[in-house]
Amino acid sequence: MTTSEQTAVKVERSNFGERFQKVRTYGMVIVLLLLVGFNIFRIYRVVSTNETIVENGNVTEAFVQALNSALNVNLTQVATIVIVAVGMTFVIATGGIDLSVGAIMAIAGQLAPLIFMGPIAERFGMAFANVLAIVVPIIIAGIFGLFNGLMVTKLKFQPIIATLIVFIGGRGIAQVLTNGYLQFFKNPDFQYIALGRPLGIPTQVYIMFIVVLVAWYVMRSTSFGQYVLAVGGNEKAARLAGVPVDKVKTAVYVISGALAGIAGLIVVAINSASDANLNGMLIELDAIAATAVGGTPLSGGQASILGTFLGALLIQMVKFTLLSIGVPYEFALVVNAGIILIAVYVQTKRTA
Amino acid sequence: MANSDLLLEMKDITKIFPGVVALDRANLEVKRGEVHALVGENGAGKSTMIKILTGAYIRDAGTVIFDNEEVNFETPLLAQAKGISTIYQEINLVPLRSVAENIMMEHEPTRYGLINRRKLNAEARRLLTQIGIEIDVTKPLMDYNIAIQQMTAIARAISFKSKMVVMDEPTSSLDDQEVETLFESIRRLRADDVSVIFITHRLDELFEICDRITIMRDGKIIETTDMGSISKLELVSKMLGKDLGEIQKGGATSFSAPASRQIGENLLEANNLESSPDLVDVSLNVHAGEIVGLAGLLGAGRTETARVIFGADPIQTGEMRLKGERVRFDSPRDAIDAGIGYCAEDRKADGIVPLLSVRDNLTLALLPMLTRSGIIKREQQKEIVEKFIAMLGIKTSSADQLIRELSGGNQQKVLLARWLCMNPELLILDEPTRGIDIGAKGEIQKIISNLADEGVGVLMLTSEIEELTEGSNRVVVMRDRRTVEEFDLEEISQDGIMTAMAHGEAAEQLQEVAQ
Repeated sequence: MTTSEQTAVKVERSNFGERFQKVRTYGMVIVLLLLVGFNIFRIYRVVSTNETIVENGNVTEAFVQALNSALNVNLTQVATIVIVAVGMTFVIATGGIDLSVGAIMAIAGQLAPLIFMGPIAERFGMAFANVLAIVVPIIIAGIFGLFNGLMVTKLKFQPIIATLIVFIGGRGIAQVLTNGYLQFFKNPDFQYIALGRPLGIPTQVYIMFIVVLVAWYVMRSTSFGQYVLAVGGNEKAARLAGVPVDKVKTAVYVISGALAGIAGLIVVAINSASDANLNGMLIELDAIAATAVGGTPLSGGQASILGTFLGALLIQMVKFTLLSIGVPYEFALVVNAGIILIAVYVQTKRTA
Repeated sequence: MANSDLLLEMKDITKIFPGVVALDRANLEVKRGEVHALVGENGAGKSTMIKILTGAYIRDAGTVIFDNEEVNFETPLLAQAKGISTIYQEINLVPLRSVAENIMMEHEPTRYGLINRRKLNAEARRLLTQIGIEIDVTKPLMDYNIAIQQMTAIARAISFKSKMVVMDEPTSSLDDQEVETLFESIRRLRADDVSVIFITHRLDELFEICDRITIMRDGKIIETTDMGSISKLELVSKMLGKDLGEIQKGGATSFSAPASRQIGENLLEANNLESSPDLVDVSLNVHAGEIVGLAGLLGAGRTETARVIFGADPIQTGEMRLKGERVRFDSPRDAIDAGIGYCAEDRKADGIVPLLSVRDNLTLALLPMLTRSGIIKREQQKEIVEKFIAMLGIKTSSADQLIRELSGGNQQKVLLARWLCMNPELLILDEPTRGIDIGAKGEIQKIISNLADEGVGVLMLTSEIEELTEGSNRVVVMRDRRTVEEFDLEEISQDGIMTAMAHGEAAEQLQEVAQ
């Protein structure tokens, strides 16, 4: 019978998908560990074969130093992506998408120097201005997220269109804020959020971990986390079970916007300059890729915050490794595309 | 040709889906130039039959002869090319393009390779006039109401020189006047010797427009006959599979005896609810401790009534009272907070969240009461979930199992538990036993009885006539989006309910048939 044959094939396929899914989580960790191990080994070889270092006899010291800097480079580069990707994971878990995160980063990034270089600092003192320069841009970023959320829930815009509007308009607003000029500054207190090194680790790495842990806890243990999954998994059923669907949807865009705001501040703090053209450029794609690689289906209903974190790390480590062994950047991009392709392929297998 | 007056002959059509025989040697014969009704309740096999005819599904067995030629359409486009057009309830045209463009799409008149717009519009106008419509064909389709959009689809069918037009519930979103316009164009089609297969759930329409009728049930053809030789009542009894005058035996369900229930205060009172176009006039009430059966054919407005009471759809006019006090629910949450639960008819679409666990599905509505500052109290949740898994006998490997991996009956129990754990005062159950096996069915009927015994008011929407007659303390019958008749416990009978479902003043007719 053709029908029974068809079902048999289908069952086999879904098992294949589920098996693959388990393999993927462990697989990501294993690949990450392999990449880390490979890089440690490679750094050791570079250090131990360097004549100057060997002559001076401080191989161990130099090795530790090199490792530390490699670690910091990777964590620093990945931190903003992870922070944005966590917000993206919330949005995608409801079945939406947020293209506006890069533009919101740019707005937040422009606002901060405007505040601490403006009249507020002169009148109320630098400390107060610095606090405002962190709090206000994050709130404004959240308001842009709110705008996204209201477009999606009240005006019933498709999330991709709603956030595309802010994607386009937001960067324009960011440029208008400073008439398109870059703002250069030196403000060690404000820049502590990126350049500070408590216990030798960059502050932004702490911020990243805090964001990941809080988001993980929210998804796992709060009713809001449950609501996010219920809305993404079956919106009609969620509404009939009393879930405040519109509020939940709006909230995820606010979260995504606010987290993008934090990332925008970190970027300008690293650069000692705010550039409305470049801040957060194309980060939405990195964030979506990290989410997809991490196992959160773009159709919603499921979310893996740790997966997103691992996904971002994996993409970063592959890029770093390829670049450090001399593979051209363009080729590294192609490899990244391959990773996303494999990850999403596994995803479709499972949901099919 | 022997049967040249037959345009379509579908013989011994069988279609098997995994686990379900959707069609079992079904036959359908449609004459040239007739309007042929295809009726049956949910799952009868109408849509499968149509989809096989138009090539959307491939049949497992049987033959299709169309216009004296054995055919085997692989796609709806091929069926269209042979002269079978299908008009779905959801219009599948392009709303932003003009009426004329929609009608002439894919066969636009051209000159020097360019579309001849004047000719295109003239042709479209001519086709529409043919079915009695005169409108500006250059305006975008979406500027017109659904009736006109359907006429456009019909004009398109004519433009393809279709010999047969299949209409799948074309009237479900039309008002009375629009229906009349549609019927006028159907009559013109018939006059031009075009055959129409007409699917609807509104009985009055069948008698108004159709020449012959084929009744389906459970994938089988029950009867094909002239429209004039069947009464509404016979029609309903054949659709439901219950013979008229059949002696009520009892014991077909596992409900406790309705008479033994303690009826309490008046819980819910709905007066003249209107929610256009789904509901016209609905009034009913439910007391504590009683089961009120809500009867009606498909399309009568039962589910719509449940949704309106539960705050899922808005009410235009009319009032609702809960324990005598006037209430207004703007969302399901309001209704839930007032102590009402609603188990939806379509488990998959409106009930389960498939990717969440049994535990998370069970406590979804309860969550606000299970949290402290937004954090779920896991211990308490675990206790509740385990209690209900044991109490309702939900077969699951653990509370962490995904609900979509459970059988239909067990999914339904989880959904019941979702509301039971809230200690509701009023429970609205929409087809609580549909699509689940016999054993689970009985268990669920027992659970519902127990609820009523504990003082919960139950509004039970069901298509199973035994559930109405054996389980209910009262039965309210809906027809054509209105509540039309109410039976008290001692008046409840299958014949009476079916008569009311078919048409109002039918007491005489029932006697007629019984004789």
